[in-house]
Amino acid sequence: MGLGTPEKSAQQVTSDMAAPRGRALIERPFQWALLGATLLALALLAALLADVLIDGAGRLSWDFFTDYSDSLDPAETGIRTGLTGTMSLMVLTAAISFPIGVGAAVYLEEYASDNRFTRLLQLNIANLAGVPSVVYGLLTLSAFVYVLGFGRSLLAGAMALSLLILPIIIVASREALRAVPQSIRNGALALGATPLQVTSRQVLPIALPGILTGTILALSRAIGESAPILVVGAVFSRRADTWPWELFEPFGALPIQIFNFVRQPEPGFQIEAASAGILVLLALLLTMNAVAIFLRNRYQKRF
Amino acid sequence: MSSYPGSPGGARGVPPADAGGPGGPRPLGRARTRPGEQAVLWLLWLCATISIVTTIGIVAVLVFESIPFFANVDVAAFVTGTEWYPFAEPGTEAFSTGVLPLVKGTLVVTAIALAVAVPLGLAAAVYLSEYAPSKVRQAVKPALEVLAGVPTVVLGYFALTFMTPLLRSLLGAETVQIFNAASAGIVMGFMIVPIVASLSEDALNAVPQALRQGAYALGATKRVAILRVVVPAALSGIVAAVILAMGRALGETMIVTIAAGNLPTMTLDIFAQGQPMTGFIAQTVAGESPRGSVVYQSLFAVGAVLFAMTFLANSVAQWVVRRFRQVY
Repeated sequence: MGLGTPEKSAQQVTSDMAAPRGRALIERPFQWALLGATLLALALLAALLADVLIDGAGRLSWDFFTDYSDSLDPAETGIRTGLTGTMSLMVLTAAISFPIGVGAAVYLEEYASDNRFTRLLQLNIANLAGVPSVVYGLLTLSAFVYVLGFGRSLLAGAMALSLLILPIIIVASREALRAVPQSIRNGALALGATPLQVTSRQVLPIALPGILTGTILALSRAIGESAPILVVGAVFSRRADTWPWELFEPFGALPIQIFNFVRQPEPGFQIEAASAGILVLLALLLTMNAVAIFLRNRYQKRF
Repeated sequence: MSSYPGSPGGARGVPPADAGGPGGPRPLGRARTRPGEQAVLWLLWLCATISIVTTIGIVAVLVFESIPFFANVDVAAFVTGTEWYPFAEPGTEAFSTGVLPLVKGTLVVTAIALAVAVPLGLAAAVYLSEYAPSKVRQAVKPALEVLAGVPTVVLGYFALTFMTPLLRSLLGAETVQIFNAASAGIVMGFMIVPIVASLSEDALNAVPQALRQGAYALGATKRVAILRVVVPAALSGIVAAVILAMGRALGETMIVTIAAGNLPTMTLDIFAQGQPMTGFIAQTVAGESPRGSVVYQSLFAVGAVLFAMTFLANSVAQWVVRRFRQVY
């Protein structure tokens, strides 16, 4: 606060000039109410974590990771197809969205001139970030699954997730590129580098940690998504045990597996198997976020 | 924008032949375009254009896939009908295609979510920006980000197996159905608290210190300064935050698919089932809906309504920011 302790001086004004009025008495309760509301939002997060830990921790075992989904016996069911599917989706989604997203960011940040088309691109990217994820599912279902004939396949699922996170990767990469000082570009140009050499040998290496951080965060968003791949046709059955190179095979995903558990009324599925699956998914997301933060703190240069 | 002074950037987005051209500081000799560089620039341009192609694709798919639907269905019946059952044979008695129950489901859940998220998110924003010591802020903000990053299928599980039993034990199992709009809406509200909080906090932080000091000089307490000066000054940013959060709530799918039931209804009872648009899309596609069937076409008609509503919300938010932003 610029004025030292304005709160005190305001209270002094009241007490010096008039009898303390009622409104001074509710200063503290007001602050407590704000704090209480903030803590309530976090309390729900705590309740959620406690809830899945209590219900799910006991169900975790090696077999839970390696077993196929069993629709009859909750004690025999596992998340194998979900794990392989999520891993395959992650690899393919990264392979599709990373080059395109970084390419778009490099174009917009380094080469595009300020004209109407560029402004349209920027507005469009901002708007795409607000499109509901289920709509990306519908787009993929029609355009890729049917019109281009991909079928309800791993590649179609990865396309849906890639389109979904492209705006996030573009925005994060642009920020990382913008943080590279102009003097580095000027220096390289002065030494005779062509603009593309400046980009590929100077700007991109410096921006890479920031770009990778943004990409990993975007990927963690993608593998937590269920709606778009549910629409595209993700399944949880045994035949969906898909590796990243099996592009046109049926695919599963961890969130879809959890959704399938939750839908079954029997507590062994709906509560125990589901919360165990949730624990695995949350642990995976947490690891990815930790890696992203580590990259940012360890390798990012500050100028 | 272009980092190379004077780089032509290419008319209509076509990459330049000689980036480094006239205008700004440039190499003494004319920068040579190496073999293949032009192709790479074109490739980068292509990457950027994919976002436009995506938008065109979304609109085209929603329009062209739902056109056949309206061959079977009267547009007026779609917009004003109060019963939704596209699974029956078209032309039969049971076949009904009024989208209003689904729209109602979406609006009810969104309203509940906002009723939770606006007070909590705004309170958190005011606390973080005006009261919280920096240590508290450093602990609370990442925690809110974690809340925002919880996958929605997990929140759906939580709504169904924690919030619904909680409501049923508080209000009675006769009042609260197993699948209901209230618990989905409440959990969704918590999901969008971080959006409201972080965007509103940005808006509050942008209010200049001089306004607060002016209020104190006039004898205002901290609370009065916040309520009468700071929050009104940040109102455009706060409104935009709430509308953006609303857009998220309108399009949220998994929470409602799991917890809000699969029966489209016209009831305003928040403790009863009420399937929203997103819930219909997710639950129907998960079942059988071969391409060309009326049910398949109805997915895209409902998707178009959903897309239009979220697009409207996002556009209004952008307009509010542009139109009412106070620049200090």
